[in-house]
Amino acid sequence: MSIATAFFYIFAVVTIASAIMVITVRNPVHAVLFLILAFFNAAGLFVLLGAEFIAMILVIVYVGAVAVLFLFVVMMLDVDFAELRAGYAKYLPVGGLIGAILLAELLLVVSAWTIAPESALRIGERIPGDVTNAEAIGRVLYTRYVYFFELSGLVLLVAMIGAIVLTLRHREGVKRQNIGDQVARDRTAIEIKKVETGRGI
Amino acid sequence: MVEFWNSYGFPLTIILVQSLGLLVSVLLVVAYLLLADRKIWAAVQMRRGPNVVGAYGLLQSFADLLKFVLKEPVIPAGADKTVFLMAPIVTAVLALSAWAVIPLDDGWVVANINVGILYIFAISSLGVYGVIMGGWASNSKYPFLGALRSAAQMVSYEVSIGFVIITVLLCAGSLNISEIVKAQDTAYGALGWYWLPLFPMFVIFFVSALAETNRPPFDLPEAESELVAGFMVEYSSTPYLLFMLGEYVAITTMCALMTVLFLGGWLPPVNYAPFTWVPGVIWFLLKVCFAFFMFAMVKAIVPRYRYDQLMRLGWKVFLPISLAMVVIVAGVLQIFQLAP
Repeated sequence: MSIATAFFYIFAVVTIASAIMVITVRNPVHAVLFLILAFFNAAGLFVLLGAEFIAMILVIVYVGAVAVLFLFVVMMLDVDFAELRAGYAKYLPVGGLIGAILLAELLLVVSAWTIAPESALRIGERIPGDVTNAEAIGRVLYTRYVYFFELSGLVLLVAMIGAIVLTLRHREGVKRQNIGDQVARDRTAIEIKKVETGRGI
Repeated sequence: MVEFWNSYGFPLTIILVQSLGLLVSVLLVVAYLLLADRKIWAAVQMRRGPNVVGAYGLLQSFADLLKFVLKEPVIPAGADKTVFLMAPIVTAVLALSAWAVIPLDDGWVVANINVGILYIFAISSLGVYGVIMGGWASNSKYPFLGALRSAAQMVSYEVSIGFVIITVLLCAGSLNISEIVKAQDTAYGALGWYWLPLFPMFVIFFVSALAETNRPPFDLPEAESELVAGFMVEYSSTPYLLFMLGEYVAITTMCALMTVLFLGGWLPPVNYAPFTWVPGVIWFLLKVCFAFFMFAMVKAIVPRYRYDQLMRLGWKVFLPISLAMVVIVAGVLQIFQLAP
Protein backbone atom coordinates (compact mmCIF):
# COMPACT_ATOMS: atom_id res chain seq x y z
CA MET A 1 0.00 0.00 0.00
CA SER A 2 1.50 3.31 -1.05
CA ILE A 3 1.41 6.50 0.99
CA ALA A 4 -1.09 7.98 -1.49
CA THR A 5 -3.51 5.12 -0.86
CA ALA A 6 -3.15 5.60 2.88
CA PHE A 7 -3.95 9.28 2.46
CA PHE A 8 -6.93 8.40 0.27
CA TYR A 9 -8.40 6.33 3.07
CA ILE A 10 -7.67 9.00 5.68
CA PHE A 11 -9.38 11.70 3.61
CA ALA A 12 -12.28 9.42 2.67
CA VAL A 13 -12.95 8.28 6.23
CA VAL A 14 -12.76 11.83 7.63
CA THR A 15 -15.04 13.13 4.85
CA ILE A 16 -17.71 10.53 5.53
CA ALA A 17 -17.38 10.79 9.30
CA SER A 18 -17.70 14.57 9.26
CA ALA A 19 -20.60 14.38 6.80
CA ILE A 20 -22.39 12.10 9.26
CA MET A 21 -21.56 14.52 12.08
CA VAL A 22 -23.12 17.37 10.06
CA ILE A 23 -26.54 15.77 10.31
CA THR A 24 -26.22 14.29 13.80
CA VAL A 25 -24.76 17.04 15.98
CA ARG A 26 -27.29 19.15 17.85
CA ASN A 27 -25.60 22.53 17.58
CA PRO A 28 -26.07 24.04 14.09
CA VAL A 29 -22.78 25.96 14.29
CA HIS A 30 -20.91 22.74 15.00
CA ALA A 31 -22.74 21.18 12.06
CA VAL A 32 -21.45 23.91 9.72
CA LEU A 33 -17.94 23.51 11.09
CA PHE A 34 -18.10 19.77 10.34
CA LEU A 35 -19.39 20.61 6.86
CA ILE A 36 -16.27 22.73 6.37
CA LEU A 37 -14.11 19.81 7.50
CA ALA A 38 -15.89 17.61 4.94
CA PHE A 39 -15.21 20.17 2.17
CA PHE A 40 -11.56 20.27 3.17
CA ASN A 41 -11.13 16.54 2.94
CA ALA A 42 -12.95 16.45 -0.38
CA ALA A 43 -10.37 18.98 -1.59
CA GLY A 44 -7.68 16.64 -0.29
CA LEU A 45 -9.16 13.82 -2.41
CA PHE A 46 -9.04 16.06 -5.48
CA VAL A 47 -5.37 16.82 -4.80
CA LEU A 48 -4.67 13.07 -4.64
CA LEU A 49 -6.35 12.68 -8.05
CA GLY A 50 -4.01 15.34 -9.44
CA ALA A 51 -6.88 17.81 -9.85
CA GLU A 52 -5.27 20.50 -7.69
CA PHE A 53 -6.99 23.34 -9.57
CA ILE A 54 -10.45 22.01 -8.71
CA ALA A 55 -9.31 21.33 -5.16
CA MET A 56 -8.24 24.95 -4.67
CA ILE A 57 -11.39 26.31 -6.31
CA LEU A 58 -13.44 24.06 -4.01
CA VAL A 59 -11.70 25.53 -0.97
CA ILE A 60 -11.97 29.12 -2.24
CA VAL A 61 -15.61 28.97 -3.32
CA TYR A 62 -17.21 26.59 -0.85
CA VAL A 63 -15.10 26.99 2.26
CA GLY A 64 -13.98 30.58 1.73
CA ALA A 65 -17.27 32.07 0.61
CA VAL A 66 -20.35 29.83 0.78
CA ALA A 67 -19.65 28.26 4.16
CA VAL A 68 -18.78 31.66 5.64
CA LEU A 69 -22.24 32.92 4.70
CA PHE A 70 -23.75 29.70 6.06
CA LEU A 71 -21.97 30.16 9.36
CA PHE A 72 -22.94 33.82 9.35
CA VAL A 73 -26.64 32.99 9.07
CA VAL A 74 -26.60 29.98 11.40
CA MET A 75 -24.88 31.94 14.17
CA MET A 76 -27.60 34.57 14.11
CA LEU A 77 -30.42 32.03 14.29
CA ASP A 78 -32.07 31.83 17.66
CA VAL A 79 -32.65 28.10 17.76
CA ASP A 80 -34.96 26.80 20.43
CA PHE A 81 -34.22 23.09 20.74
CA ALA A 82 -37.29 22.29 22.86
CA GLU A 83 -39.51 23.74 20.15
CA LEU A 84 -37.66 21.76 17.50
CA ARG A 85 -38.32 18.53 19.33
CA ALA A 86 -41.98 19.36 19.96
CA GLY A 87 -42.99 18.72 16.35
CA TYR A 88 -40.89 15.57 16.15
CA ALA A 89 -43.72 13.06 16.62
CA LYS A 90 -46.10 14.98 14.39
CA TYR A 91 -43.83 15.00 11.36
CA LEU A 92 -42.35 11.54 11.94
CA PRO A 93 -44.74 9.60 9.59
CA VAL A 94 -44.27 11.98 6.62
CA GLY A 95 -40.55 12.31 7.17
CA GLY A 96 -40.16 8.57 7.66
CA LEU A 97 -42.05 7.88 4.43
CA ILE A 98 -39.88 10.27 2.39
CA GLY A 99 -36.76 8.80 4.00
CA ALA A 100 -37.85 5.25 3.20
CA ILE A 101 -38.58 6.12 -0.46
CA LEU A 102 -35.20 7.84 -0.84
CA LEU A 103 -33.42 4.89 0.77
CA ALA A 104 -35.21 2.42 -1.54
CA GLU A 105 -34.23 4.48 -4.59
CA LEU A 106 -30.64 4.73 -3.47
CA LEU A 107 -30.49 0.97 -2.89
CA LEU A 108 -31.91 0.33 -6.37
CA VAL A 109 -29.29 2.57 -7.96
CA VAL A 110 -26.36 1.29 -5.93
CA SER A 111 -27.25 -2.39 -6.41
CA ALA A 112 -27.11 -1.96 -10.21
CA TRP A 113 -23.69 -0.35 -9.97
CA THR A 114 -20.67 -2.55 -10.53
CA ILE A 115 -17.19 -1.52 -9.53
CA ALA A 116 -14.23 -2.82 -11.49
CA PRO A 117 -12.17 -4.93 -9.06
CA GLU A 118 -8.84 -3.47 -10.20
CA SER A 119 -10.01 0.10 -9.50
CA ALA A 120 -9.66 -0.49 -5.77
CA LEU A 121 -5.90 -0.86 -6.22
CA ARG A 122 -5.53 2.44 -8.06
CA ILE A 123 -7.60 4.82 -5.93
CA GLY A 124 -4.69 6.92 -4.74
CA GLU A 125 -3.19 7.43 -8.20
CA ARG A 126 -3.06 10.63 -10.20
CA ILE A 127 -4.89 10.97 -13.49
CA PRO A 128 -2.19 10.82 -16.17
CA GLY A 129 -1.60 13.83 -18.41
CA ASP A 130 1.15 16.18 -19.49
CA VAL A 131 -0.60 19.56 -19.27
CA THR A 132 -1.35 21.42 -16.05
CA ASN A 133 -4.85 21.35 -14.62
CA ALA A 134 -5.77 24.93 -15.36
CA GLU A 135 -4.62 24.56 -18.95
CA ALA A 136 -6.51 21.29 -19.45
CA ILE A 137 -9.73 22.80 -18.11
CA GLY A 138 -9.28 25.97 -20.16
CA ARG A 139 -8.82 23.97 -23.35
CA VAL A 140 -12.22 22.32 -23.15
CA LEU A 141 -14.14 24.96 -21.21
CA TYR A 142 -13.77 27.73 -23.80
CA THR A 143 -14.04 25.54 -26.89
CA ARG A 144 -16.19 22.46 -26.57
CA TYR A 145 -18.32 23.57 -23.62
CA VAL A 146 -18.38 27.28 -24.36
CA TYR A 147 -22.19 27.46 -24.64
CA PHE A 148 -22.70 25.65 -21.36
CA PHE A 149 -20.13 27.93 -19.78
CA GLU A 150 -21.89 31.05 -21.01
CA LEU A 151 -25.27 29.63 -20.02
CA SER A 152 -24.09 29.03 -16.47
CA GLY A 153 -22.73 32.57 -16.41
CA LEU A 154 -26.15 33.83 -17.47
CA VAL A 155 -27.87 31.79 -14.76
CA LEU A 156 -25.56 33.30 -12.14
CA LEU A 157 -26.22 36.80 -13.52
CA VAL A 158 -29.98 36.27 -13.26
CA ALA A 159 -29.60 35.01 -9.71
CA MET A 160 -27.47 38.02 -8.82
CA ILE A 161 -29.93 40.52 -10.28
CA GLY A 162 -32.78 38.63 -8.61
CA ALA A 163 -31.10 38.94 -5.20
CA ILE A 164 -30.56 42.66 -5.73
CA VAL A 165 -34.16 43.24 -6.87
CA LEU A 166 -35.52 41.31 -3.87
CA THR A 167 -33.58 43.33 -1.33
CA LEU A 168 -33.50 46.77 -2.95
CA ARG A 169 -35.76 49.27 -1.21
CA HIS A 170 -35.83 52.99 -1.79
CA ARG A 171 -36.66 54.59 1.52
CA GLU A 172 -37.65 58.22 1.73
CA GLY A 173 -35.95 60.69 4.02
CA VAL A 174 -32.68 58.81 4.48
CA LYS A 175 -29.57 60.93 4.67
CA ARG A 176 -26.81 59.53 2.54
CA GLN A 177 -23.18 60.47 2.36
CA ASN A 178 -22.15 61.82 -1.03
CA ILE A 179 -18.39 61.35 -1.23
CA GLY A 180 -18.13 63.33 -4.48
CA ASP A 181 -19.80 66.40 -2.92
CA GLN A 182 -17.57 66.20 0.12
CA VAL A 183 -14.39 65.99 -1.88
CA ALA A 184 -15.46 68.77 -4.26
CA ARG A 185 -16.19 71.14 -1.38
CA ASP A 186 -13.99 74.24 -1.14
CA ARG A 187 -11.59 74.47 1.76
CA THR A 188 -13.09 77.42 3.62
CA ALA A 189 -14.52 75.25 6.38
CA ILE A 190 -11.16 73.92 7.48
CA GLU A 191 -7.85 75.47 8.31
CA ILE A 192 -4.76 73.96 6.69
CA LYS A 193 -1.56 74.20 8.71
CA LYS A 194 1.94 73.62 7.46
CA VAL A 195 3.67 71.43 10.05
CA GLU A 196 7.44 71.43 10.28
CA THR A 197 8.98 67.96 10.03
CA GLY A 198 9.71 66.41 13.42
CA ARG A 199 7.93 69.17 15.35
CA GLY A 200 4.24 68.42 15.59
CA ILE A 201 1.60 70.99 16.43
CA MET B 1 13.49 -0.91 4.76
CA VAL B 2 16.28 0.86 2.86
CA GLU B 3 13.93 1.30 -0.09
CA PHE B 4 11.25 2.72 2.14
CA TRP B 5 13.75 5.17 3.62
CA ASN B 6 14.93 6.26 0.17
CA SER B 7 11.46 6.75 -1.28
CA TYR B 8 9.62 8.21 1.72
CA GLY B 9 11.78 8.69 4.81
CA PHE B 10 14.52 10.76 3.24
CA PRO B 11 12.27 13.20 1.29
CA LEU B 12 10.09 13.55 4.37
CA THR B 13 13.11 14.47 6.51
CA ILE B 14 14.18 17.10 3.96
CA ILE B 15 10.67 18.59 3.89
CA LEU B 16 10.56 18.63 7.70
CA VAL B 17 13.95 20.39 7.95
CA GLN B 18 12.97 22.93 5.27
CA SER B 19 9.62 23.63 6.90
CA LEU B 20 11.17 24.05 10.34
CA GLY B 21 13.82 26.40 8.95
CA LEU B 22 11.20 28.47 7.14
CA LEU B 23 8.95 28.51 10.21
CA VAL B 24 11.70 29.73 12.52
CA SER B 25 12.84 32.42 10.09
CA VAL B 26 9.29 33.63 9.45
CA LEU B 27 8.63 33.85 13.19
CA LEU B 28 11.90 35.72 13.75
CA VAL B 29 11.11 38.16 10.94
CA VAL B 30 7.61 38.64 12.32
CA ALA B 31 8.99 39.33 15.82
CA TYR B 32 11.13 42.17 14.46
CA LEU B 33 8.46 43.46 12.08
CA LEU B 34 6.17 43.72 15.10
CA LEU B 35 8.79 45.80 16.86
CA ALA B 36 9.31 47.86 13.70
CA ASP B 37 5.56 48.43 13.51
CA ARG B 38 5.51 49.86 17.04
CA LYS B 39 8.68 51.89 16.48
CA ILE B 40 7.36 53.43 13.24
CA TRP B 41 4.05 54.18 14.89
CA ALA B 42 5.87 55.81 17.78
CA ALA B 43 8.14 57.83 15.48
CA VAL B 44 5.17 59.27 13.60
CA GLN B 45 3.63 60.32 16.91
CA MET B 46 7.03 61.61 18.13
CA ARG B 47 7.35 59.05 20.91
CA ARG B 48 10.25 56.71 21.54
CA GLY B 49 8.35 53.45 21.34
CA PRO B 50 9.51 50.29 23.13
CA ASN B 51 13.12 50.99 24.22
CA VAL B 52 13.57 49.27 27.58
CA VAL B 53 13.98 45.54 26.88
CA GLY B 54 17.37 45.06 25.26
CA ALA B 55 19.25 47.72 23.28
CA TYR B 56 16.69 49.95 21.49
CA GLY B 57 13.98 47.56 22.68
CA LEU B 58 15.24 44.84 20.35
CA LEU B 59 14.07 42.06 22.69
CA GLN B 60 10.62 43.55 23.27
CA SER B 61 8.75 40.96 21.15
CA PHE B 62 10.40 38.09 23.04
CA ALA B 63 9.54 39.67 26.38
CA ASP B 64 5.93 39.97 25.19
CA LEU B 65 5.98 36.33 24.15
CA LEU B 66 7.15 35.25 27.60
CA LYS B 67 4.57 37.45 29.28
CA PHE B 68 1.70 35.99 27.26
CA VAL B 69 2.81 32.40 27.71
CA LEU B 70 3.24 32.71 31.49
CA LYS B 71 -0.17 34.28 32.12
CA GLU B 72 -3.24 32.28 33.03
CA PRO B 73 -5.65 31.53 30.18
CA VAL B 74 -9.17 32.49 31.19
CA ILE B 75 -12.06 30.74 29.45
CA PRO B 76 -15.48 32.32 30.03
CA ALA B 77 -18.03 30.08 31.74
CA GLY B 78 -20.58 30.41 28.94
CA ALA B 79 -18.09 29.83 26.15
CA ASP B 80 -18.08 26.90 23.77
CA LYS B 81 -14.76 25.56 25.02
CA THR B 82 -13.63 23.53 22.00
CA VAL B 83 -14.45 26.16 19.40
CA PHE B 84 -13.10 28.88 21.69
CA LEU B 85 -9.69 27.23 21.88
CA MET B 86 -9.71 26.07 18.26
CA ALA B 87 -10.20 29.59 16.87
CA PRO B 88 -6.74 31.02 17.70
CA ILE B 89 -5.06 27.78 16.61
CA VAL B 90 -6.88 27.91 13.26
CA THR B 91 -5.80 31.53 12.78
CA ALA B 92 -2.13 30.89 13.55
CA VAL B 93 -1.83 27.62 11.62
CA LEU B 94 -3.54 28.97 8.51
CA ALA B 95 -1.42 32.10 8.52
CA LEU B 96 1.80 30.10 8.82
CA SER B 97 0.84 27.46 6.26
CA ALA B 98 0.53 30.05 3.49
CA TRP B 99 4.31 30.44 3.59
CA ALA B 100 4.83 26.94 2.20
CA VAL B 101 4.45 28.11 -1.40
CA ILE B 102 6.19 31.50 -1.24
CA PRO B 103 9.56 31.45 -3.03
CA LEU B 104 12.27 33.33 -1.13
CA ASP B 105 14.75 32.98 -3.98
CA ASP B 106 15.00 31.08 -7.25
CA GLY B 107 14.11 27.54 -6.17
CA TRP B 108 13.95 28.38 -2.45
CA VAL B 109 10.43 27.16 -1.89
CA VAL B 110 9.13 24.33 0.29
CA ALA B 111 6.25 23.35 -2.03
CA ASN B 112 6.63 24.48 -5.64
CA ILE B 113 3.05 23.62 -6.64
CA ASN B 114 1.38 24.54 -9.91
CA VAL B 115 -1.53 26.35 -8.29
CA GLY B 116 0.53 28.23 -5.69
CA ILE B 117 -1.25 31.54 -6.05
CA LEU B 118 -4.66 29.87 -5.71
CA TYR B 119 -3.39 28.07 -2.60
CA ILE B 120 -2.42 31.38 -0.98
CA PHE B 121 -5.72 32.92 -1.99
CA ALA B 122 -7.60 29.95 -0.51
CA ILE B 123 -5.61 30.02 2.73
CA SER B 124 -5.99 33.77 3.17
CA SER B 125 -9.72 33.53 2.55
CA LEU B 126 -9.94 30.95 5.34
CA GLY B 127 -8.45 33.41 7.82
CA VAL B 128 -11.95 34.69 8.50
CA TYR B 129 -12.86 31.42 10.26
CA GLY B 130 -10.59 32.07 13.21
CA VAL B 131 -12.28 35.41 13.73
CA ILE B 132 -15.86 34.15 13.33
CA MET B 133 -15.30 31.09 15.51
CA GLY B 134 -13.60 33.14 18.21
CA GLY B 135 -16.34 35.75 18.17
CA TRP B 136 -19.14 33.25 18.33
CA ALA B 137 -17.60 30.88 20.87
CA SER B 138 -16.91 33.70 23.33
CA ASN B 139 -20.69 33.90 23.92
CA SER B 140 -20.53 37.62 24.46
CA LYS B 141 -21.90 40.64 22.60
CA TYR B 142 -18.81 42.62 21.58
CA PRO B 143 -16.86 39.65 20.22
CA PHE B 144 -19.90 38.58 18.24
CA LEU B 145 -20.36 42.03 16.70
CA GLY B 146 -16.66 42.09 15.86
CA ALA B 147 -16.91 38.66 14.24
CA LEU B 148 -19.90 39.68 12.12
CA ARG B 149 -18.12 42.80 10.97
CA SER B 150 -15.00 40.92 10.03
CA ALA B 151 -16.91 38.24 8.14
CA ALA B 152 -18.60 40.83 5.92
CA GLN B 153 -15.39 42.83 5.54
CA MET B 154 -13.07 39.97 4.63
CA VAL B 155 -15.51 38.44 2.15
CA SER B 156 -15.97 41.81 0.43
CA TYR B 157 -12.31 42.58 -0.04
CA GLU B 158 -11.43 39.06 -1.07
CA VAL B 159 -13.40 39.65 -4.26
CA SER B 160 -11.23 42.55 -5.40
CA ILE B 161 -8.05 40.72 -4.33
CA GLY B 162 -9.20 37.85 -6.55
CA PHE B 163 -9.59 40.13 -9.55
CA VAL B 164 -6.21 41.75 -8.93
CA ILE B 165 -4.61 38.31 -8.86
CA ILE B 166 -6.39 37.45 -12.12
CA THR B 167 -4.91 40.47 -13.91
CA VAL B 168 -1.43 39.49 -12.74
CA LEU B 169 -2.03 35.92 -13.88
CA LEU B 170 -3.12 37.15 -17.31
CA CYS B 171 0.20 38.98 -17.66
CA ALA B 172 2.34 36.16 -16.25
CA GLY B 173 0.51 33.23 -17.82
CA SER B 174 1.04 30.86 -14.90
CA LEU B 175 -0.46 29.99 -11.52
CA ASN B 176 2.95 28.98 -10.19
CA ILE B 177 4.42 31.74 -8.02
CA SER B 178 8.03 31.17 -9.11
CA GLU B 179 6.89 31.45 -12.74
CA ILE B 180 5.09 34.71 -11.96
CA VAL B 181 8.33 36.14 -10.57
CA LYS B 182 10.30 34.89 -13.56
CA ALA B 183 7.79 36.51 -15.93
CA GLN B 184 8.77 39.86 -14.39
CA ASP B 185 12.46 39.31 -15.15
CA THR B 186 12.96 41.72 -18.05
CA ALA B 187 15.82 43.93 -19.23
CA TYR B 188 14.20 46.98 -17.60
CA GLY B 189 14.79 45.79 -14.01
CA ALA B 190 12.46 47.45 -11.52
CA LEU B 191 10.52 49.17 -14.31
CA GLY B 192 9.56 45.81 -15.78
CA TRP B 193 7.91 44.54 -12.59
CA TYR B 194 4.13 44.54 -12.59
CA TRP B 195 3.72 47.46 -10.19
CA LEU B 196 4.25 49.91 -13.07
CA PRO B 197 2.10 48.47 -15.89
CA LEU B 198 -0.61 47.42 -13.41
CA PHE B 199 -0.31 50.42 -11.10
CA PRO B 200 -4.06 50.80 -10.36
CA MET B 201 -4.20 47.13 -9.40
CA PHE B 202 -1.14 47.57 -7.20
CA VAL B 203 -2.95 50.29 -5.24
CA ILE B 204 -6.16 48.26 -5.03
CA PHE B 205 -4.22 45.21 -3.87
CA PHE B 206 -2.45 47.22 -1.19
CA VAL B 207 -5.67 48.70 0.21
CA SER B 208 -7.52 45.38 -0.03
CA ALA B 209 -4.65 43.65 1.75
CA LEU B 210 -5.04 46.15 4.60
CA ALA B 211 -8.74 45.34 4.79
CA GLU B 212 -8.24 41.59 4.45
CA THR B 213 -5.80 41.49 7.36
CA ASN B 214 -7.93 43.80 9.56
CA ARG B 215 -5.18 46.40 9.68
CA PRO B 216 -5.90 50.02 10.48
CA PRO B 217 -7.64 52.00 8.96
CA PHE B 218 -9.88 48.97 8.40
CA ASP B 219 -9.59 47.39 11.85
CA LEU B 220 -13.33 47.58 12.44
CA PRO B 221 -13.53 44.02 13.87
CA GLU B 222 -11.44 45.17 16.81
CA ALA B 223 -12.25 48.87 16.89
CA GLU B 224 -11.45 49.62 20.53
CA SER B 225 -13.55 52.77 20.71
CA GLU B 226 -16.69 50.83 19.78
CA LEU B 227 -16.14 47.14 20.51
CA VAL B 228 -13.47 47.15 23.27
CA ALA B 229 -11.22 44.68 21.42
CA GLY B 230 -13.73 43.12 19.04
CA PHE B 231 -13.54 39.36 18.63
CA MET B 232 -10.54 39.17 21.00
CA VAL B 233 -12.27 40.62 24.07
CA GLU B 234 -12.53 37.33 25.96
CA TYR B 235 -9.10 36.04 25.00
CA SER B 236 -6.05 36.15 27.22
CA SER B 237 -2.64 34.55 27.54
CA THR B 238 -1.50 32.06 24.88
CA PRO B 239 -4.76 32.01 22.84
CA TYR B 240 -4.51 35.79 22.54
CA LEU B 241 -0.85 35.46 21.58
CA LEU B 242 -1.83 33.03 18.81
CA PHE B 243 -4.41 35.49 17.48
CA MET B 244 -1.86 38.30 17.42
CA LEU B 245 0.75 36.02 15.87
CA GLY B 246 -1.70 34.87 13.19
CA GLU B 247 -2.61 38.45 12.42
CA TYR B 248 0.99 39.59 12.01
CA VAL B 249 1.99 36.50 10.04
CA ALA B 250 -0.99 37.15 7.73
CA ILE B 251 0.21 40.73 7.28
CA THR B 252 3.71 39.49 6.45
CA THR B 253 2.20 36.99 4.00
CA MET B 254 0.32 39.80 2.30
CA CYS B 255 3.57 41.80 2.09
CA ALA B 256 5.29 38.76 0.58
CA LEU B 257 2.43 38.31 -1.88
CA MET B 258 2.69 41.95 -2.89
CA THR B 259 6.44 41.47 -3.36
CA VAL B 260 5.91 38.40 -5.51
CA LEU B 261 3.05 39.75 -7.61
CA PHE B 262 4.10 43.36 -8.12
CA LEU B 263 7.64 43.96 -6.88
CA GLY B 264 9.49 41.19 -8.69
CA GLY B 265 10.08 38.76 -5.80
CA TRP B 266 13.78 37.95 -5.52
CA LEU B 267 14.85 39.92 -8.63
CA PRO B 268 17.33 42.80 -8.24
CA PRO B 269 15.97 46.26 -9.17
CA VAL B 270 18.78 46.89 -11.66
CA ASN B 271 20.21 44.11 -13.82
CA TYR B 272 23.84 45.24 -13.43
CA ALA B 273 26.88 44.08 -11.53
CA PRO B 274 26.78 45.25 -7.90
CA PHE B 275 23.04 44.59 -7.66
CA THR B 276 23.12 41.13 -9.20
CA TRP B 277 25.81 39.99 -6.70
CA VAL B 278 23.41 40.40 -3.78
CA PRO B 279 21.61 37.10 -3.11
CA GLY B 280 17.94 37.03 -4.13
CA VAL B 281 16.71 36.29 -0.62
CA ILE B 282 18.12 39.65 0.56
CA TRP B 283 16.18 41.49 -2.16
CA PHE B 284 13.07 39.54 -1.22
CA LEU B 285 13.47 40.47 2.45
CA LEU B 286 14.12 44.13 1.62
CA LYS B 287 10.99 44.29 -0.52
CA VAL B 288 8.89 42.62 2.18
CA CYS B 289 10.22 45.16 4.69
CA PHE B 290 9.38 48.00 2.29
CA ALA B 291 5.82 46.68 1.88
CA PHE B 292 5.52 46.33 5.66
CA PHE B 293 6.81 49.88 6.13
CA MET B 294 3.94 51.10 3.97
CA PHE B 295 1.50 49.03 6.06
CA ALA B 296 2.92 50.55 9.25
CA MET B 297 2.81 54.11 7.90
CA VAL B 298 -0.83 53.70 6.92
CA LYS B 299 -1.60 52.51 10.45
CA ALA B 300 0.12 55.54 11.92
CA ILE B 301 -1.33 58.16 9.57
CA VAL B 302 -4.85 57.26 8.43
CA PRO B 303 -7.85 57.49 10.80
CA ARG B 304 -10.26 54.56 11.06
CA TYR B 305 -13.01 54.19 8.46
CA ARG B 306 -16.68 54.07 9.29
CA TYR B 307 -18.22 50.70 8.52
CA ASP B 308 -20.53 51.88 5.72
CA GLN B 309 -17.61 53.72 4.10
CA LEU B 310 -15.60 50.51 4.23
CA MET B 311 -18.37 48.57 2.49
CA ARG B 312 -18.82 51.34 -0.07
CA LEU B 313 -15.11 51.34 -0.89
CA GLY B 314 -15.07 47.58 -1.34
CA TRP B 315 -18.20 47.06 -3.39
CA LYS B 316 -18.79 50.35 -5.18
CA VAL B 317 -15.24 51.48 -5.91
CA PHE B 318 -12.79 48.58 -5.94
CA LEU B 319 -15.03 45.91 -7.44
CA PRO B 320 -16.02 47.90 -10.59
CA ILE B 321 -12.46 49.18 -11.12
CA SER B 322 -10.87 45.76 -10.74
CA LEU B 323 -13.53 44.12 -12.95
CA ALA B 324 -12.94 46.75 -15.63
CA MET B 325 -9.18 46.26 -15.32
CA VAL B 326 -9.51 42.51 -15.88
CA VAL B 327 -11.35 43.23 -19.15
CA ILE B 328 -8.92 45.99 -20.18
CA VAL B 329 -5.78 44.00 -19.40
CA ALA B 330 -7.13 40.92 -21.17
CA GLY B 331 -8.11 43.08 -24.17
CA VAL B 332 -4.74 44.83 -24.39
CA LEU B 333 -2.86 41.54 -24.09
CA GLN B 334 -5.01 40.03 -26.83
CA ILE B 335 -4.88 42.99 -29.24
CA PHE B 336 -1.13 43.55 -29.01
CA GLN B 337 -0.41 39.81 -28.91
CA LEU B 338 1.42 40.17 -25.58
CA ALA B 339 -0.23 37.24 -23.85
CA PRO B 340 2.31 34.57 -22.91
